[in-house]
Amino acid sequence: MADTLTTLKATHAKSDFQKDVFILKQLVGRDFKRKYRRSVLGVVWSVLNPLLMMVVMAIVFSTIFAQGRNGSVSPELYPLYLIVGNVTFSVMSDSTSQALMSIIDNASLLKKVKVHRFVFPVQKVLFSLVNFGFSLIAVAIVMLWFRIVPTWHLIWLPVGLLFLMLFCMGIGLLLSSLTVFFRDIMHLWSVVITAWTYFTPIFWTDDFIKLMHPVLQFFMYGNPMYNYVNFMRQIFLWQTNPEPVTVIICAGWALVAFAAGYTVFHKLEHKFILYI
Amino acid sequence: MANITKQDASDYAIEVDDVTMIFNMASETLTNLKEYFIKIMRHELFFKEFRALKNISFKVRRGEIVGLVGTNGSGKSTMLKIIAGVLEPSEGTCTVHGNISPLIELGAGFDMELTARENIYLNGALLGYTKEFIDDNLQGIIDFAELHDFMDMPLKNFSSGMVARIAFAIATIAEPDILIVDETLSVGDVFFQEKCERRIKHFIESGNVTVLFVSHSIKQVERICQRAVWIEKGDLRMDGPVEEVCEAYRNQFN
Repeated sequence: MADTLTTLKATHAKSDFQKDVFILKQLVGRDFKRKYRRSVLGVVWSVLNPLLMMVVMAIVFSTIFAQGRNGSVSPELYPLYLIVGNVTFSVMSDSTSQALMSIIDNASLLKKVKVHRFVFPVQKVLFSLVNFGFSLIAVAIVMLWFRIVPTWHLIWLPVGLLFLMLFCMGIGLLLSSLTVFFRDIMHLWSVVITAWTYFTPIFWTDDFIKLMHPVLQFFMYGNPMYNYVNFMRQIFLWQTNPEPVTVIICAGWALVAFAAGYTVFHKLEHKFILYI
Repeated sequence: MANITKQDASDYAIEVDDVTMIFNMASETLTNLKEYFIKIMRHELFFKEFRALKNISFKVRRGEIVGLVGTNGSGKSTMLKIIAGVLEPSEGTCTVHGNISPLIELGAGFDMELTARENIYLNGALLGYTKEFIDDNLQGIIDFAELHDFMDMPLKNFSSGMVARIAFAIATIAEPDILIVDETLSVGDVFFQEKCERRIKHFIESGNVTVLFVSHSIKQVERICQRAVWIEKGDLRMDGPVEEVCEAYRNQFN
């Protein structure tokens, strides 16, 4: 039998970490295959999608804002302003909405094998990172189109992504564990995401926000996503080092969200099995 | 062998110590925020307690073949799930040394959209195999499942018997430290059942594998196991040599 031959080799992962890494890779692969199976353009959609979104938004908001804008973002830079904002925000909105259902969707697995439960929400965040990678191609196309040469400031990208990932994982862990007990959250969250989209300067430019009511301004500048979007724009669009205060706030939100998400998840995960 | 270091840890593969499992049977299932808060406000959040297992203790030595018997709903599956690490006991502890191949609900956890090959990797990862190990043994798994021509077909097109074949083949391709068999031998056709039983026998004969066996067929338990644990309505009724326990189990109906 084959078994006797193979026992000489390592059959099982040596550590929990090694096992979890392999599971995460497989799960990300699964999502990837499921997403693009039976679509003619396949992966190209991940590039086309942000591009088309940008075109639509650029047409709509350039018209609306044409008179009001007094130079905080020039018309040539506005499409890049939009797409960078959009793909950054999408990482958060996609990953958290996906993570939300991750525990419930994998109920049959959790009932059968012993596996670290956090891999499911975390995997969704990693998958959105893969998508972000493809979106970067779209960003590159826009930069090429408008003849904007990228600068070495892009070395900050991994730092920004790391903070963003931690932030999303925190929210993902929190949402996925709470949703097990209260299914309402899945309906609620889509509303929250829509509201969050409008309260994040994705298409708003600074000169417009400054005209807003102070309460709205507070929501715009106070919301964590503002800082992540801002971070990305500073390195892609303004081509500077991110301001220290932006970096610190991004890191701060990442740690707060991750700590909160981890704590709640860890507290509740023992009861999941009884509710899924 | 990978198992040697683990064997030093303890003589026992499974130690179940004073395990109690309590389920809350809510009179209505509350998965709705509004209802939940209303109930909390009115102090109406009552649960009916159901004790699926009551202070169960037993130990299984390395290499021992133990059968779990009991009537339907007596807590066998709950016990298995606690040992498999899927459920956590409400009270007491359950310690397991070594890796487990759970043959519980074969095919649960497969992704029906993916092909058989992709599912083998996914399931293998969940069982804790390394990628290299699956690469090396992919052919062995395919051979055992006898599904050569269907490896790149989505699983949703498979019959339940074919799914069970793959699941069994993955779970048993490596020699586990502990094998949990929960009535899985009733799936598939007669020939495949025999093949599965041969493989389990092979594990048993190797002497390294601890087997927990659940079946409603008392004859099968008597044939395969050395020792039996009888759980009835959540209580440990009897624990001893398989003949005595099975005899007593049969006599309860007379």
